[in-house]
Amino acid sequence: MLATERESLRHEIAELAEKFEHKRDGMMPMLETIQEKYRCVSDFAMQEVARQLGVFPTEVYGVVSFYSFLSTEPKGKFVIRLCRTLSCDFAGKREVARQLENELGIRFGETTKDRLFSLEYCNCLGMCDNGPALLVNNDVYTRVHPELVSDILEKYRRMFGPASQLEEMEAHHA
Amino acid sequence: MPEKKHPNKVAVTSAVPTSEKPHVVTGGKPGDIGGLVSVKIDDIELKVPFGTTILEAAKTAGIRIPTLCYHEDLCLAGVCRICVVEVAKQRTLQTSCTFPITEPITVTTTSQRVRQARRHVLDLLLAKHYGECYSCFRNNNCELQALAKEYGVDFFRFGHVEKPKYEVDRSSYSVVRDMNKCVLCRRCVRTCIDLQSVGVLTAAQRSDRTRIETFLDRPLADVICINCGQCINRCPTGALRAKDPSDEIWAAIDDPKKHVVMQTAPSPRAAIGEEFGLEPGTSVTQEMNTAIRRAGFDMVFDTNTTADLTILEEGTELLHRLYKALVQGEKGILPQFTSCSPGWVKFIEHFYPEFLPCLSTCKSPQQMFGALIKTYYAQKQGIDPADIVSVSLMPCSAKKFEANRPEMHASGYKDVDYGLTTREMAQMIKEAGIDLTRLPKSHFDLPFGDASGAGLIFGATGGVMEAAIRTVVEVVTGLKAEQVFSDANVIPVRGFEGIKYMEIAIPQLGPVPALFNSLIKKGKLGATWDWLKGATLKIAVAHGTANARKLMDDIKAGGKFSQCHFIEVMACPGGCLGGGGQPIPTSPSIRAARAKAIYGEDMGLALRKSHENPHVIKLYEEFLTDGPCGEQSHKYLHTHYTPRGDYLV
Ligand code: SF4
Ligand code: SF4
Ligand code: SF4
Ligand code: FES
Ligand code: FES
Repeated sequence: MLATERESLRHEIAELAEKFEHKRDGMMPMLETIQEKYRCVSDFAMQEVARQLGVFPTEVYGVVSFYSFLSTEPKGKFVIRLCRTLSCDFAGKREVARQLENELGIRFGETTKDRLFSLEYCNCLGMCDNGPALLVNNDVYTRVHPELVSDILEKYRRMFGPASQLEEMEAHHA
Repeated sequence: MPEKKHPNKVAVTSAVPTSEKPHVVTGGKPGDIGGLVSVKIDDIELKVPFGTTILEAAKTAGIRIPTLCYHEDLCLAGVCRICVVEVAKQRTLQTSCTFPITEPITVTTTSQRVRQARRHVLDLLLAKHYGECYSCFRNNNCELQALAKEYGVDFFRFGHVEKPKYEVDRSSYSVVRDMNKCVLCRRCVRTCIDLQSVGVLTAAQRSDRTRIETFLDRPLADVICINCGQCINRCPTGALRAKDPSDEIWAAIDDPKKHVVMQTAPSPRAAIGEEFGLEPGTSVTQEMNTAIRRAGFDMVFDTNTTADLTILEEGTELLHRLYKALVQGEKGILPQFTSCSPGWVKFIEHFYPEFLPCLSTCKSPQQMFGALIKTYYAQKQGIDPADIVSVSLMPCSAKKFEANRPEMHASGYKDVDYGLTTREMAQMIKEAGIDLTRLPKSHFDLPFGDASGAGLIFGATGGVMEAAIRTVVEVVTGLKAEQVFSDANVIPVRGFEGIKYMEIAIPQLGPVPALFNSLIKKGKLGATWDWLKGATLKIAVAHGTANARKLMDDIKAGGKFSQCHFIEVMACPGGCLGGGGQPIPTSPSIRAARAKAIYGEDMGLALRKSHENPHVIKLYEEFLTDGPCGEQSHKYLHTHYTPRGDYLV
């Protein structure tokens, strides 16, 4: 990481901590904010969060490694999380999984070379009566079947498109 | 409740250096706090203070409940569930170590349900444990093994680990981590955060992937660890151990060309007996000397001699700093911090590097000894220093790191070749077929024997301070220490309170001893003590780096301790006698017993002040000829530090 990038991240984390009055219970929302923006909580970020909250970096690492929605390595722009719990498993999760892997050319736990998609399993999403269920970032998809997979992916690929289009999208979201 | 007696006046009330007593859990109607609650455990009825845990209550009733994640020194975790009991009206079994008694309850500790649950907990632990006891350093001293025996484990209900799954981390000079043996009790995590305030370890990941890790699971040598080994002493299994150099030492002993010398620190002698089944607090100094010789060492010396030397150097340094600050108006050099504890040295290098100018430049007694053995001693004996293998018997795992610091080559060689812990020494003695308890006594070898009691009490928290006070008071006032403190015992700096504070008014001034002539000539000290007239020396003592952190933060904030002139810090709770290389287990009462042994031995010695040690006086005549803090001693006995900072990335 460049020195200037570090400086700005440090500054950003200090401001976040300010918002939570440097209290320990601000840790989760801080980590979520960082994860969302940088697609990971880097080693440097964990250290700065620790510094701001008066805990040890290892303790922050303990938290980050505990939650599957937080990660220490950068994730793709879109994280696909396929439910692997019982109901979805019976409803045909395996076929969907295979289709996802084929379409993306990666295995579960990996990220595509263009950093667009990460593929993961997750546990029950509470959509058991409509399985198989998956998440793409915060969007829920239910009753997914292999033929639907490419449509879903296409939608997000289109979103990404040329850089300008994406920025527009993000501006819209914000 | 049986009353504990501690006739030596060592305070054992706040044995844990953190301020809170951890075992009383409160949380109920505030009006009840302070009252008594009745409880029936099995067939025994008793009354206990509101909030007492079932485990504590059972203990006072003489009922044993097995524990694993519980440790007397640590806050409660309640994660292992081996201590479950039945509590009437509670649907599920309860963990007795965390269950506070806030209303009258009835507890059963022996039912079939309890036995079966405990056995299942054990079976589950063993299913994930790489058990190969005969090649494990905790064989015969392992809490998991003992529980397996106690509960009659005769087969592995849920399977067994045949091959180690994780690589053993041997990156650190001091601590080896083998997570194949870990039972996830988190005692090490709590030790490192709560007692030591270093925060190296955490329970990372989740569910069946949970593991004790460092920051991003990096090798221990690459994260901020002060090598204190306190985690080792509180680990119930063989998952944590010190890095053992005994193979290399055996090889040196077996090599007829090598002259293998041992220096022994004050604390191991008060504890090594525990490894041979003796009660804690049994001092076996002279039997130990015999054992070390029989194991094959050529010479057995007393580190206390260089502890005495440390007092002269560090005491002189203090007077010099006081002179600079009070007379010459120099800022930022007080309070002077002691530098004998390598764990503390690394702690301040990481967390308070801005205070390094205040850290005494004196090496620790171990390293002073190392520098002298391959110079002064080698010359005197006509031995090629290249053939000397210098080993130190230490209560400490951080001493291993210290010996490996690149700057510790004052003699032109590695000053101390190997740091050996008390545990490892005991193992070597056993391996040589020697029963320590049945040996004749023998003295240390000269010229590094016959040290003072002041050097000896270095082993207890407050000991360095007391030794320094005995000397500085005599040097400055011309009085005998006995005239100022009864029996020359400086009681306020003794005991296990986390941070101790004392003020000593200087009653009168004596002549400046001739020892300081060369300093006076250089203008580093006045020709009289007049500048100390009416002065009050303010001192503090801390042990356990969590207390050191409190102290440093107070100093940073300009609090009471920032007014101190001299501060002793030991990284380990209780001081060296509670060091990370000492026999396992450790507890407040064990540490108190060891302290009692050390202070008792000091009282029995004729020589109790460092500056009266004839060998040290001779050393200044023959070798360090320009006196304490002179050029010679700067070359061999003083060092410099590395501001390391607390950035991991
Ligand atoms: S940790 Fe204990 S149970 Fe495990 S191998 Fe070592 S002695 Fe045996
Ligand atoms: S040696 Fe000390 S600092 Fe290092 S992990 Fe263990 S308790 Fe923490
Ligand atoms: S390393 Fe030892 S103390 Fe730490 S969790 Fe594992 S078994 Fe417990
Ligand atoms: S099992 Fe998949 S959503 Fe519940
Ligand atoms: S000793 Fe009580 S839960 Fe571990």
